[in-house]
Amino acid sequence: MKRIAWWTVAIAAGALLSLVGLRAHAQPRDAVKEIERYREALAEGNPAELWEARGEALWKTTRGPRKVLLEGCDLGKGLGVVKGAYAALPRYFADVDRVMDIETRLVQCMVTLQSFTAAEATRQVFGDGTKRSDLEALVAYVAAESKGVVMDVPMTHLKEREAYALGERIFFFRGGSHDFSCASCHGEPGKRIRLQDLPNLIDPKDAQRAYTSWPAYRVSQGELRTMQWRLFDCFRQQRFPALQFGSDASIALTTFLARNANGGTFNAPAIKR
Amino acid sequence: MHGRHGSRREALKAMGLVAVLAAVPRRALGQMAGTAAPGIQWNAAAFNAQTVGETLKALGAGTPAPTADVSWGATPEIAENGAVVPVSVTSKIPGTEAIAILIEKNPNKLAANFSFPEGTAPALSTRVKMSESSMVYALVKTKDGKYFLASREIKVTLGGCGG
Amino acid sequence: MPDPMRIRATIQDGEATVRVLMSHEMETGQRKDAAGNVIPAHFIQSVVAMHNGRPVFRAEWGPAVSKNPYLQFQFGGAKAGDKVQITWVDNKGETRTDEVVIR
Repeated sequence: MKRIAWWTVAIAAGALLSLVGLRAHAQPRDAVKEIERYREALAEGNPAELWEARGEALWKTTRGPRKVLLEGCDLGKGLGVVKGAYAALPRYFADVDRVMDIETRLVQCMVTLQSFTAAEATRQVFGDGTKRSDLEALVAYVAAESKGVVMDVPMTHLKEREAYALGERIFFFRGGSHDFSCASCHGEPGKRIRLQDLPNLIDPKDAQRAYTSWPAYRVSQGELRTMQWRLFDCFRQQRFPALQFGSDASIALTTFLARNANGGTFNAPAIKR
Repeated sequence: MHGRHGSRREALKAMGLVAVLAAVPRRALGQMAGTAAPGIQWNAAAFNAQTVGETLKALGAGTPAPTADVSWGATPEIAENGAVVPVSVTSKIPGTEAIAILIEKNPNKLAANFSFPEGTAPALSTRVKMSESSMVYALVKTKDGKYFLASREIKVTLGGCGG
Repeated sequence: MPDPMRIRATIQDGEATVRVLMSHEMETGQRKDAAGNVIPAHFIQSVVAMHNGRPVFRAEWGPAVSKNPYLQFQFGGAKAGDKVQITWVDNKGETRTDEVVIR
């Protein structure tokens, strides 16, 4: 049997390791810089504006069996007030005695004001490349009206505190076939998946940066995607059961993430890979 | 952590992600980019050409002289996703009247052809799809009928968990 | 009726910079849907910008231009208050024209 010198093995291993790109520290700095340049080059001319325009039209058009404007909707800042509303959601709404995020609140208004049924209002919650989602457009519009506003998610009502606590539990809950939790990827500093740096969502700075960039035009999806979509997709990647749209779990998790981003300047809709 | 690659592939397929990942295919299947809509000027031969050489021929470019007199502006060297790759080109060659963008590894090489009437800057910014890391060419045409070719490599990655 | 474009045109030192965002699928014709059927090609082929009745920019596009395309170009001989019209035509013959006032 041929004996292989230990140093050829070492060289081969070293070559293999460098091919695979395994490093003890973060990825090569020039790659990080180039990706930053890629993101900057995308900042101008964000297709999200097309959704914002559509959402604004939906907000200001009489719709539904009652032919009513959504302008009678209270998003937390008063009837019809859109400016700054997104940066203060999720929050408790007395008229329904529960905490709601932007999407559940919009559905609520579409049902009570415009007399859509809940099924009609949620028929197409996420665009799929051929069919559009009115909700995504409305979220884009409402979010754009919070651009530049400092995140200020309230935590005064008991149900707001309960939602936050539940969201925190979910964030750290390990399960599914891979025993992942949100924290597996987003609970520690310095983590990445290939060239994608992962925000540590329990660190205030990272939480602010991450949360204030959703909703976003996702280039890889060719669609404007919201927090409800983002969490749905996280659950899918964690090999969890599907996260139900507008569920208490989705609202609780959003409350946890949004509240952690308080103090950050809202900057969405953004554009992402 | 379990290494069940087979079940992951099945899961991805079930969620239609295979279609998404195949959105910009690597291999030309002899697919034509098509024919021009009526009433417009559109170089079908150039857009349907499947090699760089054929594309240059269809554009009337012959053998263009290599040039570095082109600025690539904010064009990044790495794109996080091949579906949207920003390309900015400014020609510094006097008398430039057109710039075509060719992508070497795409099934159809010609992405776009821009022309600049008198008084318009010989410059453009747009976004193109790249099926994989590839050389990107800017073919400059000058008023006196000469052609020049500038090139730049752009790497394409796939961010996150692949979707 | 195709969705309107979002156009911004600014002027500096006599040079107008035009930025356009178009709403279009830019379908390559090489993708298949979940059932295995080819999704037909549907992409913008021609873009023309007009100022004071003359073309100031032209583009021929193939399906490799990204979905919801973005375009930026500059031209001279304009002043604030002038209008720029942008027209696109796609391979199905659908078309859209939008106008912007240079600020």
